[in-house]
Amino acid sequence: MKDSDLRFAKLLLLVNGAVPLALLVWDQAHKRLGANPQNFLILTTGMMTLIFLVLTMAVTPLRKITGLNWLIQFRRMLGLYAFFYGCLHFLCFFSLDRGFSVSGTLSEMVKRKYLVVGGIALLAMVPLAVTSTNAMIKRLGGKRWRVLHRLAYVAAIAGVIHYYMQVKADVRKPLVFAAVLAILLGYRLITYWQRPKPVPTAATAAKQG
Amino acid sequence: MKEADKISASEITDPAVYFNRRNFIRTGILAASAVATGFVYRRLNHPATGEIKTAKLEGVITTSAVTNAASGFRVDEQETSLENITHYNNFYEFSTDKEGVASAASGFETKGWRVSVEGLVNKPGVFDLGDLLKISPPEERIYRMRCVEGWSMVIPWAGFSLSKLLDVVEPASDAKFVAFETLLDPRRMPGQQGDVLNWPYVEGLRMDEAMHPLTLLASGLYGRALPPQDGAPIRLVIPWKYGFKGIKSIVKIKLVATQPRTTWSEYAPNEYGFYASVNPHVDHPRWSQATEQRIGESGRRPTLMFNGYEEQVGHLYAGMDLRANF
Repeated sequence: MKDSDLRFAKLLLLVNGAVPLALLVWDQAHKRLGANPQNFLILTTGMMTLIFLVLTMAVTPLRKITGLNWLIQFRRMLGLYAFFYGCLHFLCFFSLDRGFSVSGTLSEMVKRKYLVVGGIALLAMVPLAVTSTNAMIKRLGGKRWRVLHRLAYVAAIAGVIHYYMQVKADVRKPLVFAAVLAILLGYRLITYWQRPKPVPTAATAAKQG
Repeated sequence: MKEADKISASEITDPAVYFNRRNFIRTGILAASAVATGFVYRRLNHPATGEIKTAKLEGVITTSAVTNAASGFRVDEQETSLENITHYNNFYEFSTDKEGVASAASGFETKGWRVSVEGLVNKPGVFDLGDLLKISPPEERIYRMRCVEGWSMVIPWAGFSLSKLLDVVEPASDAKFVAFETLLDPRRMPGQQGDVLNWPYVEGLRMDEAMHPLTLLASGLYGRALPPQDGAPIRLVIPWKYGFKGIKSIVKIKLVATQPRTTWSEYAPNEYGFYASVNPHVDHPRWSQATEQRIGESGRRPTLMFNGYEEQVGHLYAGMDLRANF
């Protein structure tokens, strides 16, 4: 892919990722978020977080299966969008549901397991967002950076559990997320097991002998 | 074949035009993709709206606020809009999406509706809806409605006390509870084609709860016949209990000697009890019940004991451990 095409593709992603937010703001301004706008905002931003988390996790398997290596170029923006919507999700909860009360938020979080799990998901994304720049990748070194960024698995799994836990009875949607996530993680496990085994070197062969 | 060096300068696209054209196409793609994303978003995630076209109810009795204040028949709070009451519903027989019930339930046919009143009564019978509604003229009752999920409304219902129907059928002395049942018809109630709950929906009340004047057999709201999404053609409203006790689209009322099974308490016994009285001091295991989101308001308001009907119904539960009997 040419550089200018890539830049354009990234712009496409940037703009389209912001569309749900733009429509939320527009609908809110026109009082068209339905009977329970607070809930609608919290639910939608949470859903967007999960969608972007899953998309982020889908990049590597898709790249390996299709051989389209340029897909990796979108992973950072997808991940940052997940973090962005996750922050909005928390802000909506903090402001609309908890009335900006820090103690009210903390006391509620301590009592509700699904809020704790959601908090873990969001916190897990913080170091990922902070270390998402090229400079940070260099500073950490590729290997350490990749290890750190396995936190994305924590965020995605905790995010889906958080969703599942607060649904009243109809768990179909959280289960769809769980199934997609399971496939994406399963793919990683399989490729991990099937990775080429290191060929014994003379030294290890000698030791074994 | 034309030689490359024979292409005249005038035939070569000017780079400025070429790049402009490319920018033009890209802008088009950008705009089109944003519109497409917006369209998908709207299809998947839109709040419901729509008009209510049910028939006007004739002869609804509206008595003065003064005489009704003490009885709890008329709460003096801002009524929730008809639009919100009819587009934010928990009615899993149609959809588990509160904003999707209205469209899923539109066109629900209630012609020929009958309600069987049976069990431990002296005069059991199957009532045609019209006959049932003639038992007593509809009265306007403005009740708070508190959902177990933590939101609430104020709804001007129309109906009469359930006790008037029970008086007609004459409960036997050994009748201790009343069991209710919703229509079971997966064709008309598409939500019943799935197994999210154990169909049909069943609910129950203790005899003294059922006989309490606040317990309403409702057939309308805002002076109109009940829209399908709110439980047409006839439903129960028990204002001091969480909304799920208010069973909708009732086809059977049975008086029994022992506590009947109820859908939600069977689904999750640790989360939903048989009594399910509104109680800000007893939290749902997964969320607090201390406050509520009043639909149409911003911020949360404190939840009242027995949803503000303690004066009227508190005595029914005297000496009962409300933490154990949640």
